[in-house]
Amino acid sequence: MLNQNLKLNTKLFDEDVEQIPIRQGFGEGLVIAGDENKNVIGLCADLNESTKMNLFAEKYPERFIQVGVAEQNLATVASGMAAMGKIPFISSYAMFSPGRNWEQIRTTIAYNDRPVKIIGSHAGISVGPDGGTHQAIEDIAIMRVLPNMIVLSPCDAIEAKKATIAAAKIDKPVYIRLLREKTPIITTEETPFEIGKAKIFFAPPMKAQVGIIATGALVYNAILTAQRFAQKGIPVKVLNIASIRPLDFEAIINLAKESGALVSVEEHQIVGGLGSAIAEVLVQNYPVPMELIGVHDKFGQSGTPEELIEHYGMSVSHIERAVERVIGRKN
Amino acid sequence: MIQLTDEKIIWMEQKASEIRQSIIEMLVEAGSGHTAGPLGMADIFTVLYFHILKHDPTNPMWKDRDRLILSNGHICPVLYATMAHSGYLKLEELKTLRQFGSRLQGHPHREFLSFIEVSSGPLGLGLSQAVGMCLADKMDNGKFSGKQFYCLMSDGELQEGNVWEAMMLAAKEKLQNLTVIIDRNSIQIEGFTEDIMPLEPLKEKWESFNWDVRTIDGHNFQEIVAAIGEAQAVFTKPSVIIANTIPGKGVSFMERNYKWHGKPPTKEEGERAIKELTHPNPPLN
Repeated sequence: MLNQNLKLNTKLFDEDVEQIPIRQGFGEGLVIAGDENKNVIGLCADLNESTKMNLFAEKYPERFIQVGVAEQNLATVASGMAAMGKIPFISSYAMFSPGRNWEQIRTTIAYNDRPVKIIGSHAGISVGPDGGTHQAIEDIAIMRVLPNMIVLSPCDAIEAKKATIAAAKIDKPVYIRLLREKTPIITTEETPFEIGKAKIFFAPPMKAQVGIIATGALVYNAILTAQRFAQKGIPVKVLNIASIRPLDFEAIINLAKESGALVSVEEHQIVGGLGSAIAEVLVQNYPVPMELIGVHDKFGQSGTPEELIEHYGMSVSHIERAVERVIGRKN
Repeated sequence: MIQLTDEKIIWMEQKASEIRQSIIEMLVEAGSGHTAGPLGMADIFTVLYFHILKHDPTNPMWKDRDRLILSNGHICPVLYATMAHSGYLKLEELKTLRQFGSRLQGHPHREFLSFIEVSSGPLGLGLSQAVGMCLADKMDNGKFSGKQFYCLMSDGELQEGNVWEAMMLAAKEKLQNLTVIIDRNSIQIEGFTEDIMPLEPLKEKWESFNWDVRTIDGHNFQEIVAAIGEAQAVFTKPSVIIANTIPGKGVSFMERNYKWHGKPPTKEEGERAIKELTHPNPPLN
C-alpha cells in the first residue's frame, strides 16, 4: 500500500532492502549542483570526508575552502561569499553547525538573508557510539525558529540528493539535516520532491483511522508500523515531511480531518521539532488528539543506532503503541 | 590613490567636524545610542569615504565598488552620518535614527538599508564576512579583481573568538586586498580594555598570525592615508592598521571617558558639544 503514484522503492519491505547513508546523497547532490552552476561552492570545517563534501572538493578543488575546526568562521565566511554572488554550502556535524555557530547563522545568514546552505550531518541519536555530545537532537528546533530559513530533513539518500539540488536553486538560506548511518532507501529517482510539499507515502485503500507524520530515516519505521496495522485491518496513513519549513499546512490539516488522530515521528527532541510544528498547525486550524514520538527531554549516550532508537522510544513497537494510544483518545 | 594635498586635508578636517556635529544631533534626537566610538572614528570614516573608497553614492550597488564592512555595528551613527554627507542619504533622514520604521536601525540592518554591505551589531562577525567577500573575489578569476575590502572593527570585539578564526583563514589564503582598521580607543562598555580583558601586546598578536601590521594616529589624515597606501602595497599578506583613537574625540567632556561608550548626550550636553565642534570656517557645499 505504498503510494505508487510517487514511484517509491517497491523492495522497501524486503529483508535486504538497499541501505545508503543519507549524507551520501548530499555528497552526490552537491556535485550535480556544482555541475549545474559554477557559483556553487563548498566550505568545510575539517569534516570533509564524513560529511561527504569530499566528492565536490575532489571535482572542484578551486571552489572549495577548508576553514579548519572553526564552525563560527565557517558560517560567517560563507555569508561574505554569498554577498559576492556565491552559493556556499557549509558542512559539519549538526552539533557544531548549527549547534556551535547558531548566533553567527542568525545574524549573518538569516538576518542578512544570504543564500548559504547549512549542511548538518550526523544529526539525531543514531550517530551511535560517539555518544551524547555528538548527537544533535535540537537542531530542527533552533533552525525552524529563524525567519528566512528553509529547513529540510530528507528521509533517505535519494531524497537528500534532490534536497541538495533544490537548495542550490533557491535564493534563500537553507538548513539540510543529514544522518550518518546507512538507512533504507524509501524513494526512487522518479519520486517527486518539492520544497514546501509533504507527500503521503503509505495509504491503505480506506479512510485512515490514524495519520503518522514522520521525517528523516524514521519514515521507514513509520511505514513498517502502518503496514502492521494494515495487516490487522486498521488503516493508518503515513505522511513524509521532508520540508519542515516551509511546512505543508494543507497536507497536515487534510490528514487530521481524514483520520481524526495523528502521531508525529522524528529523531529529535519532541520539544521544538516536527511534532511541535505539527501541533502548532493543529491547534490553530483543526485540533485532534496527537502523540509525539521522539526523544523526551533527555541527552543521548553511546550505543548502536538500534539500541538507542529502542532505548529512547522511536522503534516500530513504540510507534505502534502510540497509534493505539491515540486511537483510544478519539471521541 | 589620489594625492593628499594640504587643501584636501583642511577640507576633510572640516568635513569630519560636520560629521561629528551630525552624530551629536542624531544621538540627542534618538535619546539612546553610542557616542564615544562614532566621534572617535569620524576622521577615519571621512578619509575612507572622501579620499580612499572606490564607490558611487548615486549607484550604491555598483558591482565594482570597494567593500566597506562595519563589524562593530554599534558605531553606526558615524556610518550613517558619513554616508549622508557623501550623498547616500538626505541629511534630514539622520534625525530618524533608532525610530520605529526608520531605515537607520539602532544597529545596521540590510533589510531596512539595502545598500550597506552587512547587518551588524553582535560583535566579532565582520572580519569573517570580509574574509568571505575577499575569498569570493579571488575565486572568481583565480586572482584578485582589484577591488579593496575594508573591515572596520573595535578593539573590544577582538575579545571574541570568532575574530581569531577569521585571522587565521585570511593569512592562510594570503588575502592581500583585505585591510582591517582597528579602532584602538582602549575602552569598552564596562571600562578600559586593559582592565576588562587585556589585548596587549596587540601588534605582536596580529604579526604572529601572519598579518602585516602598522600602528597609526587615527586622527592624523596623512598617517591614515599613508598607512592604507602602504597596506595595499603588501602583496603576500592581509593587512591590519591599529589606529590609536580618542573616544569622544572633539568634545572635551567626552574624550577618553568610557562612560560615553554607550549613552547619548542630553539636549544641553549636545548643545555644548556642537559649540565645541563648530569649525571656524563656513559650511562646505
